[in-house]
Amino acid sequence: MKEFFETSIEPHFNYWVYVILMMIGLWAVIAKNNLIKKLIGMSIFQTAIILFYVSVGVKKGSGIPIIPKAKEAAAGAGEHGAAGAVNPDLFANPLPHVLMLTAIVVGVSTLGVALAVAQQLFKDFGTLEEDEILEQIKTADKASPDG
Amino acid sequence: MADQFPAIIVLAPLFGALIVGLAGSRDHRICFPVVLVSLAVSLFASLGVFLQVLQSGPVSYFMSGWDTEKSVLGAGIELRIDAINGLVLIVIAVVSILVSIFSIRRAGEETTEKTPQFYVLFLLLTVGIFGMTVTNDAFNLFVLVEVSSLTSYALIAMGKARRGTMAAFNYILMGTVGASFYLLGVGYLYLKTGTLNMGHIHEVLTANGGEIGRSPSVMVAFVMILVGLWIKMAFFPLYGWLPNAYSYAPSTSGCILAPLMTKVSVYVMIRVMLGVFGWEWVFGHLGWNHAVVWLAVIAILAGSVLALAQRELKKMLCYLIVAEVGYMVGGAWLADSEGWGMTGAIYHILADAFMTLCLFIAASILVKRCKARRIEDLGGMFKKMPVTMTGFIIGALAMIGIPPTCGFFSKFYLIRGGIESGHWEFVAALILSSLINAVLFFRIFEIAFFGNKPAEGHGHEEGETSEQGSIGEQALSVREARLSTLIPLLVTAAIVILLGVFNGPVIAVIRSAIEPLIAVGG
Repeated sequence: MKEFFETSIEPHFNYWVYVILMMIGLWAVIAKNNLIKKLIGMSIFQTAIILFYVSVGVKKGSGIPIIPKAKEAAAGAGEHGAAGAVNPDLFANPLPHVLMLTAIVVGVSTLGVALAVAQQLFKDFGTLEEDEILEQIKTADKASPDG
Repeated sequence: MADQFPAIIVLAPLFGALIVGLAGSRDHRICFPVVLVSLAVSLFASLGVFLQVLQSGPVSYFMSGWDTEKSVLGAGIELRIDAINGLVLIVIAVVSILVSIFSIRRAGEETTEKTPQFYVLFLLLTVGIFGMTVTNDAFNLFVLVEVSSLTSYALIAMGKARRGTMAAFNYILMGTVGASFYLLGVGYLYLKTGTLNMGHIHEVLTANGGEIGRSPSVMVAFVMILVGLWIKMAFFPLYGWLPNAYSYAPSTSGCILAPLMTKVSVYVMIRVMLGVFGWEWVFGHLGWNHAVVWLAVIAILAGSVLALAQRELKKMLCYLIVAEVGYMVGGAWLADSEGWGMTGAIYHILADAFMTLCLFIAASILVKRCKARRIEDLGGMFKKMPVTMTGFIIGALAMIGIPPTCGFFSKFYLIRGGIESGHWEFVAALILSSLINAVLFFRIFEIAFFGNKPAEGHGHEEGETSEQGSIGEQALSVREARLSTLIPLLVTAAIVILLGVFNGPVIAVIRSAIEPLIAVGG
C-alpha cells in the first residue's frame, strides 16, 4: 500500500486530484436535481481541467518566466529566448497558464449564460428543481401536445 | 488585400456584430443591412480564398504575423484554408446570408422585439463557425467552439416557448461537458508534442516512425477530443440535447443552427482525424473504424426510426439530423483505400447543410403560417401554399436521395465507400434509412396533397401559453408566405438541385484535397 502510494499517487498527485474533481463535477451535472447545483457541478468540472493544465506547466525548481530574469540567468540571451541561450529548466512553462486565462474567461461566460437561462427558467416555471419543471412540461403536454 | 482574406472572413461578422450592438438598439432598421453587408464581405473573402486555393494550393495565414518560427512554441495562431474548408466556408456564408434574409421580419416577432440582440448573437455565431472552420490551432479551435456554442445557447433560449429555455439549459450542460472533454484532449496532445499548431502536432506525432504517436497519452487525447466533438455534433448516444433544442428554438435560430452547427462539428472531426492525427494513425494504428462504423449504423437506424415515431414536423426533422450525422461520421470512418467514404462524408456536409436549411425554412413557414406543428395538420397545404410546399418537396426528395438532388450523390459516394471497404452493414443502413425517409416524407406529401383541411377546434389548438391565440380563425385564411421567407427557401431549393447536377467539379475538388492526405498515410 505504501509502495503504491509512493509510486503511483504521490508523483502524480495533481492528476489524481484533477480526475477526482472532474468526476465530482460530472456526477453533480448528471445526478443533482437542482439546476443551480448542476451549474456548480459544471464549474467544478471546468476547474478540474484548469488544474490539469496548470499542473502541466509546472516544473520542480523552476521560477516565473520573465524575460529580464532570463537575461540575468543567461547573459546575452536573445529577445525571445533563442534556443540554447536560456536554460528552460529554470522557468515554468507559461503557455498552459496563459491558455487557462482564456479558458477561465470562457468558463465564466458559460456560467453567465447558464445563470441567465436559469433565471428565465425560474420566471417561466417558478422553480429550479428539474423534476418539478419536467412535471410541469408533462402536464402541459397532456393538455396540449404541441406546447 | 487578398492576403488578408482569411482574417477578413472571421473579422467581418465580428465588426458587424459590434456595429449592430452599438447602433442597433437605437434604430432596429439598421441591423439587417449591417448583417447582410458583413456576411457578404465574408462570402466575398471566402470565394477569394477558395480561388487562391484552387490556383496555388492551401493558404496559410498567421494572425498578427506570428509566423511558423514562433508558433512552434504554440504561441502564434495559424489560419489554414485548403480546398475542403474553402468549400465549407462558402457554404457557411451562403447559408447564413439566406437565413438572415429569412429572419428580416421574424427576428423581431419571435424574440419579443429583441432584434438587435438577435442579430448580434447571429453574427457572433457565424464568427465562431467561420473560425472553427479556418483555424489551424487546437486551442483556438476550443475557444471558437465555445464562441459558437455560447451564442447558440442564447439563440435557443431567446424564444417565447418555455420548453426552449429548458432545452437550452440542457444543451449548456451537455455542450460544456463536450467542450471540456475536447480541451482535456488538447491538453494531453500538448503534453506529448509541446505545440498547439495542428500541422506541427502532426509532424511531431509522425516523426521517428511515429514513436510519440504510439504513446497511450496520444490515444487518450484522441478519445477525449472525439467524445467532445461527438457531443457537439450529436452523434448517436450523445444526441440527447438536439431534438428539443432545435425544435423549440425560435425558427430563425433553428434555421441557422440546424444546418451549420452539426455539420461544422463533423468537418472539425474530419480535420482532426486527417490533419492532426493522420490517416495512417487513425485507421492503421488505432484501428477502431469497425466499431465507429457500427456506432454510425446504430445512429442512422435509431435516428430514422425515432423520426418515424414523431408526430411533430420539426421534431421529426431534428431526428433526421441525428441520422444524417450518422451518415457523415460513418462515411468518414469507412477507411476504404481510395477514400470514397471520406469524399462522400465531406460532400454530404455541403449537401446536408442545404437540405436541412431547405426543410427547416419550409417547416418554419408551415408552423408559423398554419400553426401546423403536427404532421396531420398539413392537410390540403398544397392548394394553400404551393410555393412553400414545392421547396419542402425538393428538400424532402434530397433527404430521401432522389436524383438529381444533391442527397442522391452524397449517398451514392457513401455507398461506394461502404462497398469498397466491405462495410455492408453501413450500406444496408443507408438504404434502409432512405426507405424510412421515403415513408416519412411521402406520408406528408399524401396528407398535404389529398388531405382535408384540419377540422376546426382541435383539442391541441388551445396552446400551452396564450400567445397562440385564436388559431381556428387564422387557419381558415392561410395564404402564401411572405416574399422575404420564400426567396431564401427557393434559392436553397435551387442550390440543392444545382449542387446535385454539378456534383462532378465539387467531388473533383474534394478528391484532389484528400488524396495527398491518404497518400501520406499510405
